[in-house]
Amino acid sequence: MAIHRHDNHKSANAVMEWVDKRFPATKVWNEHIAEYMAAKNFNFWYFFGSLAILMLVLQLATGIFLTMHYKPDAQLAFASVEYIMRDVPFGWLVRYLHSTGASMFFVIIYLHMFRGVIYGSHREPRELVWLIGCVIFVALMAEAFMGYLLPWGNMSYWGAQVILSLFDVIPYVGPALTEWIRGDFVISDATLNRFFAFHVILLPLILVALVFLHLVALHQVGSNNPDGIDIYDHVDEDGKPLDGIAFFPYIVIKDLIGVAGFLIIYLGIVFFWPDGGGVLLEKDNFAPANSLQTPPDIVPLWYFTPFYSILRASTTSLLFALEIITGLIVIWLWIRAKVSIKAKIGFTLLAIGVFVGLQFGSGKAWGVILMAAAIVCFFLLPWLDRSPVYSIRYRSLPFKIALVLFLVAFVTLGYLGMNAPTPGKTLLAQICTVAYFAFFALMPWFTSIGKTKPEPSRVVYEAH
Amino acid sequence: MKKLSLLLVALFFTAVMGSSAFAAGGHGAAVDEVHINMSDKASLQSGAKIFVNYCLSCHSAQYSRYNRVAKDLDIPLWQLKENLMFTTEKEGDLMTTTMPEEDAKAWFGVAPPDLSLVARVRSPDWIYTYLRAFYIDESSPSGWNNSLFENVAMPHAMYELQGVQKVVGKVEADSHGAIDAHASSDAVGDHKVVGDTIFELSHPGKLSPAEFDKSMADLTAFLSYMAEPAQLQRKTIGVYTLAFLIILLLLCILLKKEYWRDVH
Repeated sequence: MAIHRHDNHKSANAVMEWVDKRFPATKVWNEHIAEYMAAKNFNFWYFFGSLAILMLVLQLATGIFLTMHYKPDAQLAFASVEYIMRDVPFGWLVRYLHSTGASMFFVIIYLHMFRGVIYGSHREPRELVWLIGCVIFVALMAEAFMGYLLPWGNMSYWGAQVILSLFDVIPYVGPALTEWIRGDFVISDATLNRFFAFHVILLPLILVALVFLHLVALHQVGSNNPDGIDIYDHVDEDGKPLDGIAFFPYIVIKDLIGVAGFLIIYLGIVFFWPDGGGVLLEKDNFAPANSLQTPPDIVPLWYFTPFYSILRASTTSLLFALEIITGLIVIWLWIRAKVSIKAKIGFTLLAIGVFVGLQFGSGKAWGVILMAAAIVCFFLLPWLDRSPVYSIRYRSLPFKIALVLFLVAFVTLGYLGMNAPTPGKTLLAQICTVAYFAFFALMPWFTSIGKTKPEPSRVVYEAH
Repeated sequence: MKKLSLLLVALFFTAVMGSSAFAAGGHGAAVDEVHINMSDKASLQSGAKIFVNYCLSCHSAQYSRYNRVAKDLDIPLWQLKENLMFTTEKEGDLMTTTMPEEDAKAWFGVAPPDLSLVARVRSPDWIYTYLRAFYIDESSPSGWNNSLFENVAMPHAMYELQGVQKVVGKVEADSHGAIDAHASSDAVGDHKVVGDTIFELSHPGKLSPAEFDKSMADLTAFLSYMAEPAQLQRKTIGVYTLAFLIILLLLCILLKKEYWRDVH
């Protein structure tokens, strides 16, 4: 017989036995669901992983129904959305579920990422889980950006115009590249059609594949927990962690509470506040795209605004401040830092390169670089964090202070990005931009100083 | 950790409230507050009547259908056909205007915008203020001007109802650009404050100032309805959905307690 049974589990019945000989159904179910052990002290923060998958499924489902009536055509797109809102039975509900869902997806993902940072889920051995997660974040941003063009409202149009024109700053190939992406000299029907293709086919496929990889990587290393310790340090005679509990049914049942709670908030917004006071659905987007009429303030949707703020904050004065900071770092390096002379020379040369770049580069070009760097920073987190402990429960005070400052800077940047710039607001955005990057740049330092609390050997859990 | 969660929640709400307040306020133009009751069918019907009589001849509402309006507003079909449908015979038709766009451009300099979504692009308060802020202005091509929307191409379509008003002065705004709500909503002697402008009625119209304000509130209500017809059923469904979800949440909590009873 060429058929080998790879599983060591008894199949439930004759049908499953038949299937299991040909497909590892019971094996996969047991390994990844029924016998996948997670820490039993999961708290509120651990809802967001399963909620993100729920949100992805909901967006796919509502998206499919929207494509049945939506027309990806510059002449018809806006009217087809209004047709969905008015003439398609419950079309308004599907559309609001999708538009509110996009925002809720980002709420979930931001909280999910934040959970990772506070409990050290990005640390060894979960670096790849984190990295794949970061790629999902970038793919989700692309998905949302392209989806936002589809209603063909005036803000859709001008938002895409502004963001796509950022590619112009790439030396030599920029303008040609922008034109290639747009498929035209301006945002047009060609752009709308390709964005539709990417939004409904390419990026959903990429997202689903990445989420699969994210889970495969997670199940290879096991879930972290609020104490940031390894539950496999204490196992029973069967090799099962003493503080672990089966994902099914225990964690699944617990996640249902998160699902119900989340649906209350999500559907509460859908039914009672679908435009979110102009934040979830922008006012200017209720007017059709008009290439002759620029909205008074072109603002992206709220989930992009922290990065958009960093882009706008990049003016000559910010570059000047960055030059001074670069200089100060080099001076400190030569006077105080305990590193080899080679490292000092190497870093100084790098700093000179950065200085020259800052001196001769334009504010816009650096804005794009800083905005991209702001996202790249998240990828580096596993290697920037040097703390001996993982969880915020046992972290040193400097880390907690830095994290709070980062949060304040991030939310402030987000707020400022939704508003028209004034000199005062630009200055505030510049301060927050420096704080944002300082959080990542100084992380190796502030995570290695200060007194951490001792980690417990077993997870903290009180049965109730 | 609890402190951090609290901080996060506080930051989130500050940002949301701050930005939505900004979005709702628009760009600082002084507008009068209008009170709209979407369940007041009489008000919506009155608004619909004004809309088809005074607005639809130039503006379209190309995403809205006559029979949908009739159904949502409890207007019998015969009444709809007799009193509201002037541009078509088919009740399932979209509410388009008969004025050709090119002619409109030639006459007004700009084609009158479609009004299906105007209440979502602007805001009900803005519309309510705008409709009441027309005044006579010899220097403008149409002879009319608007204190909220300076040099707007649109003439005063409802002067026969309101009469003719002229500008007397401006209300002094405080440093934040806000004006005293009481002063703006009431007539001050013979004068009337709309937005940040004081008007005097030089020729009375068919309606008294109070009646005209009520009519414009009705029209605003209708435009708000038309911008999102689904809102009439949205909230009702929402109440049932949330009631169900709250019960579901309680059941989930009980289920979890039951399953986790033996976990120590």
